[in-house]
Amino acid sequence: MTPESTAGTTASKGTIRVLQLYPREMNIYGDWGNALVLQQRLKWHGYTPELLEYNVGDEFPEGVDIILGGGGQDSGQLVIQDDLQSRASLLKGMAEDGTPMLLICGLYQLFGRFFKTRSGPVIPGIGVLDVETHGTDERLIGNVKVTTAEFGEVLGYENHSGQTTLGPGVAPLGTVAKGTGNNSSDGQEGARYRNIVASYLHGSLLPKNPAIADFLIRTAVERRYGTFAPGEADDRYAILAREHAARRPR
Amino acid sequence: MFSLSVPLGKFVRRVSRLRGGGSAFPGLVVEKIDPGFMQRTLSTLPHGVAVVSGTNGKTTTTKMVVELLESQGLKVFTNRTGSNFTRGVAAALIGDVDWRGRLDADVAVLELDEAHAVHFVNRVPPRYSLLLNVLRDQLDRFGEIDKTAQLLQHIASKTTGTVVLNREDPRVARIAGTLQGPEVLYFGLDDSLLGTFPSDDELRAGPGSPVPAVPQRPQADVVLRRVGADDADFEYDGVTVTTGMKLRGVYNIFNAAAALVLARSICGSGAATADHGTLLKALSEVAPAFGRGESLTVDGLPLDLVLVKNPSGFRLGLKSFPSGGYATMIAINDNYADGRDMSWLWDVDFDSLRAEGVDQVSGSRAYDMALRLQYDEVQIGSVDTDIPAALADFIRKGKGKPKRVFCTYTAMLAIRRELSKITTVEVVS
Repeated sequence: MTPESTAGTTASKGTIRVLQLYPREMNIYGDWGNALVLQQRLKWHGYTPELLEYNVGDEFPEGVDIILGGGGQDSGQLVIQDDLQSRASLLKGMAEDGTPMLLICGLYQLFGRFFKTRSGPVIPGIGVLDVETHGTDERLIGNVKVTTAEFGEVLGYENHSGQTTLGPGVAPLGTVAKGTGNNSSDGQEGARYRNIVASYLHGSLLPKNPAIADFLIRTAVERRYGTFAPGEADDRYAILAREHAARRPR
Repeated sequence: MFSLSVPLGKFVRRVSRLRGGGSAFPGLVVEKIDPGFMQRTLSTLPHGVAVVSGTNGKTTTTKMVVELLESQGLKVFTNRTGSNFTRGVAAALIGDVDWRGRLDADVAVLELDEAHAVHFVNRVPPRYSLLLNVLRDQLDRFGEIDKTAQLLQHIASKTTGTVVLNREDPRVARIAGTLQGPEVLYFGLDDSLLGTFPSDDELRAGPGSPVPAVPQRPQADVVLRRVGADDADFEYDGVTVTTGMKLRGVYNIFNAAAALVLARSICGSGAATADHGTLLKALSEVAPAFGRGESLTVDGLPLDLVLVKNPSGFRLGLKSFPSGGYATMIAINDNYADGRDMSWLWDVDFDSLRAEGVDQVSGSRAYDMALRLQYDEVQIGSVDTDIPAALADFIRKGKGKPKRVFCTYTAMLAIRRELSKITTVEVVS
């Protein structure tokens, strides 16, 4: 599908640049859904989305407003590892500066301090988030319901064997009401830091959690244009999909 | 050798059939009381055992291999009932052996689920294996696709004779490099068709992103050169042949190339070498396995059932069955057999449905599907999670139009059950 860059006949309120990090290696489990939702909702709110990709070896684009990072296979994580390290200070600077980011699963882990694999070797992260991840034999799989103060009930699907613990520098996204979340001991899911939302949840996350999508959009627009004037979003199907998803077994 | 397990297993099979029970239960009983039964019985076959595995197309490909071999006069044992795990094979064997436990067959061709195939080949090393593809399917069951590729690698490593690999699936083709014993043969695609089979790694290469370099591809035993409306060109032995095809869908026809490689290999290694005329005739007559592009008749017009279970399969389904002139329904369940994770719907593009819209959306995750369509700007007629009600509504409103239903596995079972009340539906035991 060709990314549309016009929003109907009304004048655009401005362009917002959304960057997908490593979509070639880190795009498993429907991470495209998050990019598509941002693209369409930006249009619904009257803005012009510009969807960009950054892959290994690419030049890093200028003027990025929102960063999206997805999950990947272990093999994909190995491919991007060196390139990600070479971009560490740039990404860290953007994070500290308040760039909204959504980091799912694999890139959530790699934006942390390190990933200690089950077999011993430690994969360094880029240290944007004060979290650490330990590989385990246990795979945490199934539907998840998270209670959050900021976004209400967050619904999704987890599938990971790395277990993440949060340091004092980040807050959890929420507490798990169904499923496992970050790890099998503390009942927390995801991480919040500045304008970063990090989570293990696929589903894809944004379609059924439009509150998070609109948080990323609002933050990006306010940073770029000062104020955010929301448009009309038709969330009737999203609301029903949430109701049905919440009732499904683990 | 006479053992009590066979008569007992047959007895259990009868009783459980009377009760309408599952097809695998008698297999479980025999496995428990006589664990060597399966290996003992299958080891007597002159052409040995062939295992078919991979994510997509196992059932139809196995059916093709069986019919190709039968066209060459071989007696084939297969697990037709779709119980594609070890216990299912044992159950099918119980049905086919005589009371003394002898199997009257030349070769066994078995469809096996990737994870169960590993257990099976540890006990019964196959002479042949055919590995179709590794796609994102039910990852909640297997974890990751690299893990699935490892399962297939294990099947290949246990194969004593010939391993048939998909040259165009990097995770499958890569297996060749790990093998020492068995002969390796490939089935492949013409360059012009490569674009119709995106691998999962390329699913979301956006516009303008560079195409990954095509590595040196080995020579394939059979290459699919062209797919027409009801025929296809295959190249083997340096000649391109055109044959009519009853099978629909480019992915089914690619798997026909796979079936040809395996059938030719099995025939070639035995007494009879394949007769090409009868082989192609048999191929042209293979009908789809149930639910795999199967066409039923409702109100005098066709109703096609297209099973969708992973992003690549759904994309290929949409590509192979264009929506023009058809009423379209999509039914998505999230039971264990369907996969519980709905993420995969977001890796399918539904743009091709935008022009005509979707008339009906159903299944336990109907609203996830509706939400997906909304974001691709596809108009929706109605949404109802209740499959019988939605199907009735779809048939009523779609009068006068041919119909197509894209459905996950358990949604398909529910739809077939409903359709069997109003039309002829093949009974699957």
